[in-house]
Amino acid sequence: MPKSISRRTILRAGATGVSLIAAPSLLRAQEVKELTFYYPIAVGGPVTKLVDTICTDFEKDSGIKVTPVYAGAYPDTFTKAVTAIKGGSGPQFSVLLAADIHAVRDLDLAVSIDEIDNSAETKAWLSGFFPGFMANSLVDGKTWSVPFQRSTSVAFFSKPAFQEVGLDPEQPPQTWDQLIAAAVKLTKKQGDAASRWGVKLASNFGTAQWMFGGLANQAGHTLMNPSGTEAYFDHPKAIEAMNFWRSLAFDYGVTPKGTTEWGTLPTDFMQGAASIIYTTTGNLSNIRQNAKFPFGVMGLPGKEGPRTVVGGGNLYIFKNAKPAEQLAALRFAKWVTAPERAAEWCIKTGYLAVRPDAWETKALKDYVTEVPAAIVAKNQLPVATGELATYENQRVYKVLADNIQACLAGTKSAAVAMKDTQTEADRILKPFKKG
Amino acid sequence: MPRPHRRSTITLEIIAPARERSEKLHSLPATHLMSSPKNEIHAWLLLLPAMSLLVLFTHWPALATLIDSFYSTPKARRPSVFVGAENYQQMLADPVFWQSATNNLLFALGTIPVSIGLALLMAVWVNDRFAGRTLVRMAFFTPTILPMIAVANIWLFFYTPQYGLLEQVRGTFGLAPVNWLGSRDTALGAVTVVAIWKEAGFFMIFYLAALQAISPSLGEAAAIEGASRWHYFRRVQFPLLMPTTLFVLVNAVINAFRMVDHILVLTRGGPDNATTLLLFHVYTVGFSFWDTGYAAAVTVVVLLVLGLLALVQYGVLERRIHYR
Amino acid sequence: MARPSTIDGPYQPKGLSLALETIAAWLLAAIWILPLAYAIWAAFHSPEFSTRFSPFAPLTLENFTRAWDAAPFARYFLNTFMLVTLVLSCQLVLCTLAAYAFARYEFRGQGIAFALVLAQLMIMPDILIVENYRTLGKLGILDSIPAIALPYVASAFGIFLLRQTFKQVPKELDDAARVEGATALQTLLRVYVPLGRPVYLAYALVSVSYHWNNFLWPLIVTNSVEARPLTVGLQVFSSSDQGIDWSVICAATLMTSAPLLVGFVLFQRQFVQSFMRAGIR
Repeated sequence: MPKSISRRTILRAGATGVSLIAAPSLLRAQEVKELTFYYPIAVGGPVTKLVDTICTDFEKDSGIKVTPVYAGAYPDTFTKAVTAIKGGSGPQFSVLLAADIHAVRDLDLAVSIDEIDNSAETKAWLSGFFPGFMANSLVDGKTWSVPFQRSTSVAFFSKPAFQEVGLDPEQPPQTWDQLIAAAVKLTKKQGDAASRWGVKLASNFGTAQWMFGGLANQAGHTLMNPSGTEAYFDHPKAIEAMNFWRSLAFDYGVTPKGTTEWGTLPTDFMQGAASIIYTTTGNLSNIRQNAKFPFGVMGLPGKEGPRTVVGGGNLYIFKNAKPAEQLAALRFAKWVTAPERAAEWCIKTGYLAVRPDAWETKALKDYVTEVPAAIVAKNQLPVATGELATYENQRVYKVLADNIQACLAGTKSAAVAMKDTQTEADRILKPFKKG
Repeated sequence: MPRPHRRSTITLEIIAPARERSEKLHSLPATHLMSSPKNEIHAWLLLLPAMSLLVLFTHWPALATLIDSFYSTPKARRPSVFVGAENYQQMLADPVFWQSATNNLLFALGTIPVSIGLALLMAVWVNDRFAGRTLVRMAFFTPTILPMIAVANIWLFFYTPQYGLLEQVRGTFGLAPVNWLGSRDTALGAVTVVAIWKEAGFFMIFYLAALQAISPSLGEAAAIEGASRWHYFRRVQFPLLMPTTLFVLVNAVINAFRMVDHILVLTRGGPDNATTLLLFHVYTVGFSFWDTGYAAAVTVVVLLVLGLLALVQYGVLERRIHYR
Repeated sequence: MARPSTIDGPYQPKGLSLALETIAAWLLAAIWILPLAYAIWAAFHSPEFSTRFSPFAPLTLENFTRAWDAAPFARYFLNTFMLVTLVLSCQLVLCTLAAYAFARYEFRGQGIAFALVLAQLMIMPDILIVENYRTLGKLGILDSIPAIALPYVASAFGIFLLRQTFKQVPKELDDAARVEGATALQTLLRVYVPLGRPVYLAYALVSVSYHWNNFLWPLIVTNSVEARPLTVGLQVFSSSDQGIDWSVICAATLMTSAPLLVGFVLFQRQFVQSFMRAGIR
């Protein structure tokens, strides 16, 4: 233990030193005229225009011109940001997946918020976010990113389908057993040909690990340690979670075998091809607009009660920016997460407002009255776990997704799939294990 | 209008095979020999713009990649160090690498002959006169116009389980449902079909132009000798189309190792790596995992494979076209 | 001038075989046009009909408005057009010059130089993204249309094709031009380039089609609306948390492909014949 204490002390000393240097740059922040940041779009609608408006408003307020660069989906944005920074240019800050924290640190791209500004005011601001959303920000006692466009995994269900088979749409399933019972009733099929599946979860590469993080949490299990150096896939509870997923397809026949594509789930739901879909809160406005039937939003059923997982993107500030630019970027982060703007962002995009105080604004209160489904996601936050985040997380995701797909195709049992994932994950994470 | 036959034959027959293949071509000298100090400077001046760009954007980066492949990937706390063949050992031990190599081979074997064969068939058909030929031509040409990144989403709908187009059609015939992209047995075939669709229509254009350039007198002569249509195709048209076939083949081979856009949209290499192709593996390792050292090693292997193919093709092209 | 395509040859099918061939061609064409047909269906119907085909579904233009609002497609279209034009014109010039040197000159280092060119036949710029990005960053021209174009401008494929073409030009034609007092460049322009027309056309088609569809490299190298080509603009719709909205994707695809489609329908005869004519005259 003394060893780790001394390391932490050194880190803290280092951070203080940096903040001392950073202090004068508070003044210099005024001199920063221009910033560039990258952002992904993961929801439909004219989000680009909304972001442009936010940046224009910020310029009016601060005199700093922020150029937002839409960079594709999350992986594209990550690729672009890293390529740009490695190529010697690039943005001063970016929205990247919250779960990319260890990947970002491993590439030594980000600077912690504590290093930029260690003031009491900033600390107070940081403590004002939902703790669930900070789960993927805190490593080694530092804050590496600021929650911004965040979501949780929730399930949408069709009320008419529930009524049709004699289920109470006001009492959606809360536990695995209840889910299975409901899904069995909801599934309509002849032989293997289903005209309607009871429930659908996505298992394509890019989504499978998110779904599985939620399932593991439902079994009461966390897949990794906070510092992202270890993963726990062959734990009996992880196997139990995998087995549950597999059983939906193979034992109860309420979900299709093989890989299910994330992108088609909303259409599945709206076409009546699936009665319950596991997806993100970010889908609310889309489904609200396009579903021709009344639907409900529910927390994901867990083994004993609802459990879910958070997702979405955070703001990372990069090391390659000058200290004054970093401060200016931090100022933008504070500005954009202020209650009114967080509320506006929530209403217009379907993402969750990241701070409790945003939910106290009139705008958001009105919205919740109008769309009660919006509050479900927020209410899931206390039972949400952080997204699976380790070093080399894309690599770990890939191995996990491969094995989940093999398991759902019937080529591997849950135990074998998880054991294989563990072996590979251990190999991948070996260089990161400390002493 | 008089047709100078000799000029027609010397025009490269990659697109348009000659009406009559002149015997004189065989006796033509391969090159003009212009060798003097002044000419040497001229030659290098002509080469300079292309060569400098090639060095800047191909040779230098390729060399850098080769060097990278012998170094570990630099990380925050671990600077890049020389690791010798470690990246290559990792590659040989990586089942995903072998899977993607196998997939790519199957993908190439699926796309190349089928798309070329179909392109030829399409060209022969739309070279004849029949009702609605213009529309049919346009139909065959649509894949060239629609960007893959957009059209892959449309194919995704075709392959979607339950209500996807394919399943709707199969459903009316009462066939058992198939999860085309989601099952290991069908996914690679499904993405291969998309590639064939994309390529065949494109290649058809070249064949069509070549077919139209074949002299009608050859057909008349063959008809007088009583050759069947198949015989005419086999013995006259097909040999005359050979340069076009080789041109198309080069493109098909390169594309078989270059197409990744549709994989990105349709399957992202899944399920369980059933549709991972070599370049997609490079992309995943290099741009998702940021393991540049290992990605460089896989890249070097891809380059070697393509280099080998290029050499073979070069040899064939030189023999079949130039010295014919 | 005789046009073989308008005169029935002895092998033009007649009667039953014509009927069979027509049906077969129509069937294959139906399969080939399916994605476009579906795009038209989905683009003009509301999302609820994007996966259901009912003949009386109401038509709408709303998808086009939504797509148009989501991205500046006119600008993207212009960018792609400029990109394709720039790439192709530079490729034609550079490749012609280099091919001429290889075909008609003998110089020290020729073998090595040609091998270096051939190397690019296999080393596609697509693979060398990180290194090329670094180079363009040093040149300070990232996020511009020339930056997308540069790595592709010197094309080994083009040089190789044209060298083959030029090598087949008989010495007598070259000599004749020179006797008339033409310089090397004039000879190139007057004798070689006209004779290579079908090859230029074929190569242009390959190049335009490739850069029209190219996605990965432009995605990485461009940041601004001013430089971003269509394919990158289309990406806005294809991957999102919300899943795939086929109606809008199809509307955007149609909007961006319509000019080319219309162009092909109007000019397809000239298009195919210009290939042919250059070859047989």
